[in-house]
Amino acid sequence: MESINRTQELQDRVRAAFNDKTMLEIVGGNSKRFYGNANTHKTEIIETRIHQGIISYEPSELVITARAGTPLKEIENLLAENNQMLPFEPPHFSEHATLGGAIATGLSGSRRPFTGSARDFVLGTKIITGKGEIMSFGGQVMKNVAGYDVSRLMVGALGTLGLLLEISIKVLPRPQAEVTQCIAMSQQEALVTMQQLNQSSLPLSALAYEGEKLYVRLSGASSAVSSAQKKVAGETLVHAENYWQQVNEQTHPFFESDSSLWRLSVPYVSNVNLNEKSFIDWAGALYWIHSDKDAEEIQQHAIEQGGAATLFRTHQVKTPNDIQERFPPLQAKIKQLQVNLKMRFDPYGILNFGRLYSDL
Amino acid sequence: MTLATKDNRDSLRKLLHQVLPKTSILETDEQTRPYECDGLTAYQQKPWIVVLPETIEQVQNIISLCHEEGVPIVARGAGTGLSGGALPLANGVLLSLAKFNRILDINPANRSAVVEPGVRNLAISQAVEEFNLYYAPDPSSQIACTIGGNVAENAGGVHCLKYGLTVHNILQLKIVTVDGELVTIGSQALDTPGYDLLALMTGSEGMLGVIVEVTVKLLPRPEQAQVILAAFDDVVKAGEAVGAIIAEGIIPAGLEMMDNPAIRAAEDYAHAGYPTDAEAILLCELDGTHEEVTEQITLVENLLTQKGATSLRTSQNEEERLKLWLGRKSAFPAVGRISPDYYCMDGTIPRHQLPVILKKISELSKEYNLLVANVFHAGDGNLHPLILYDANIKGELERTEEFGGKILELCVNAGGTITGEHGVGKEKIDQMCVQFKPLELQIFHDIKHSFDPRELLNPGKAVPTLHRCAELGGMHVHDGLLSHPGLERF
Repeated sequence: MESINRTQELQDRVRAAFNDKTMLEIVGGNSKRFYGNANTHKTEIIETRIHQGIISYEPSELVITARAGTPLKEIENLLAENNQMLPFEPPHFSEHATLGGAIATGLSGSRRPFTGSARDFVLGTKIITGKGEIMSFGGQVMKNVAGYDVSRLMVGALGTLGLLLEISIKVLPRPQAEVTQCIAMSQQEALVTMQQLNQSSLPLSALAYEGEKLYVRLSGASSAVSSAQKKVAGETLVHAENYWQQVNEQTHPFFESDSSLWRLSVPYVSNVNLNEKSFIDWAGALYWIHSDKDAEEIQQHAIEQGGAATLFRTHQVKTPNDIQERFPPLQAKIKQLQVNLKMRFDPYGILNFGRLYSDL
Repeated sequence: MTLATKDNRDSLRKLLHQVLPKTSILETDEQTRPYECDGLTAYQQKPWIVVLPETIEQVQNIISLCHEEGVPIVARGAGTGLSGGALPLANGVLLSLAKFNRILDINPANRSAVVEPGVRNLAISQAVEEFNLYYAPDPSSQIACTIGGNVAENAGGVHCLKYGLTVHNILQLKIVTVDGELVTIGSQALDTPGYDLLALMTGSEGMLGVIVEVTVKLLPRPEQAQVILAAFDDVVKAGEAVGAIIAEGIIPAGLEMMDNPAIRAAEDYAHAGYPTDAEAILLCELDGTHEEVTEQITLVENLLTQKGATSLRTSQNEEERLKLWLGRKSAFPAVGRISPDYYCMDGTIPRHQLPVILKKISELSKEYNLLVANVFHAGDGNLHPLILYDANIKGELERTEEFGGKILELCVNAGGTITGEHGVGKEKIDQMCVQFKPLELQIFHDIKHSFDPRELLNPGKAVPTLHRCAELGGMHVHDGLLSHPGLERF
């Protein structure tokens, strides 16, 4: 386990960039560089991977603090040794994925509706702003209402408000037992069943639908899981852990496609119907859809459902269907507030400018 | 900040009367007196005028008018806050959201409800009970406190360790910005594109916008919930038992601790059957499916016995469970009965520091000759030491505040924070200078200015001016903490 503190070096780089107004592209493990708008600016790369190491971890405190460049794998291994886990199941997309990347993208896996998202588990951050200033927010305690919640503001901001240096995360015990039941049914039936299960007190940890089958993951005390297993019925999935990992890492066959991959975050009760092959996760609140339809049509459909559609990946070969804004349009006032915040954290727009929205 | 001068007060009053019915404006001394403080009664200030709008449009009109006239606004819910966050301004408008008390929509299939900000916390859970759902955050004042205030303070409660704070349990807000615009933050879906303004708004203490609608997440009621009451002859042993439960991989729904003075006060008040001779009690609630709870109850009972519990009692039915909680939830009023005054602290520390901090508080209690009743959200390290004092005894309030300042100093030095759930408000504004560096305070001001460039929304709360911190810096007694942090100085 390597521990390298490059705070000073990173700060010097950002300060210099601030003085020269050089645009920087922040790169961690280079695993999620595809996510967000294509970089159309002349940028220099600033690497965070070298700034790594677990700073503190006390299992009985349920908190781990690590430098942003620490490999996710390393963190997850250490937690597993202590029978704990990152509760939001961050996707890696490469063995080099870092904690900083997981938090900057703010992506969460199938457990999200039942245990929470990346943002829910962030307790504190240390950042370098676009002025090259180092600041700390939050801390290592679960309850902290001193000052605005800047730490959670960093989650999903794609590095546009600050370069993440250190992050404190709440962790949870690994469930004692975990099984997945799969039941063949139509999508319509599955949506109804997911809603029913989602309102039940069963120990759920994932509800997904794909390939004419509903997948119900149950986690918790062994007795609770085996009793719930009988109630849910269906067949027990073998190698279930592999299945969920493939889903999370998008190595599942569904994700093999020549079309663009869209991510629709919608209310649990929605009527998403784009006549395209879809993978439904989060108990009906997340749709992965392969489509080459017009971005506007897809985004409009998501808005009608009370949600939002993001162009998640464009096909590596067929890039022409990329669009300038991969994230859905924002209400004018919301956009203005976000621009105001960007101006305060990064007045010259040197940090990942344009990656989240072309003007942030 | 523009002060409401005599001239624009008169013109603003006329304008307010144009947009509000007469009954929605309170101006006389008698009418405005009830608004002079919130739950922190040590600070009092009568507002210039109180307005009680009933529609979002009225709120927009009021805020637009204040914005045009440069008059500050303090929003207020039920006024149960404990940090003076809703303390009015002599030259400002107090905007009460009390009339926004309707539940607008319950959507069981989406596990959500849309409510107005003046809806009481407990009323939400009561309204959705028929769908076997509930709203998880449960601050002790949940009978009275309202959801708008809960969002503004990021309220917690006794079930935070497992179910999170307010920030984890809301989906969407509608707010009116300082220029009177109605804005939707968050969405009915789990994720919302762009920066996480929902997190930023939660706990922002009315500084960034006025909340006029909240969509809360609802959870299925657990099949079963049982609480274990464990008595200890030593607070340190009780503290260690807390760590042992977590280390076992169990996340209790609630894990609370009370020390002897708090136990006696609560028992006297609520008759919950607490052992009044115990030095400390733990209340450990486990919830989930029948099987899970049954399994974990046995596990935790054994663990508590191993850790030196002198007696155990486990609730056998819902009535008994609620009775055991009643003592804890009424601890504050109970302490209020045994002492003329009490001062409630709200620090948070990393959990393993609990035994050390408890010991130090007990030493300080002797040093200051002031009794402390300790009520803790032990599972998440959030301490509520209640310092008992009598404001009528000369110098006792000052001694209490000095003692309180020392406790917060202990918390910050132990890697914790000055406020876990009550907010900074007016009360802890000076301690913010200890918790944060000038650069960080500056970015807080920058965030404020991103939403409210003229500082008209609840000015003077939550974030101290750098000037104020600098002046305090010159007055530091030791370790960077001021001796009378609660006193108004400038």
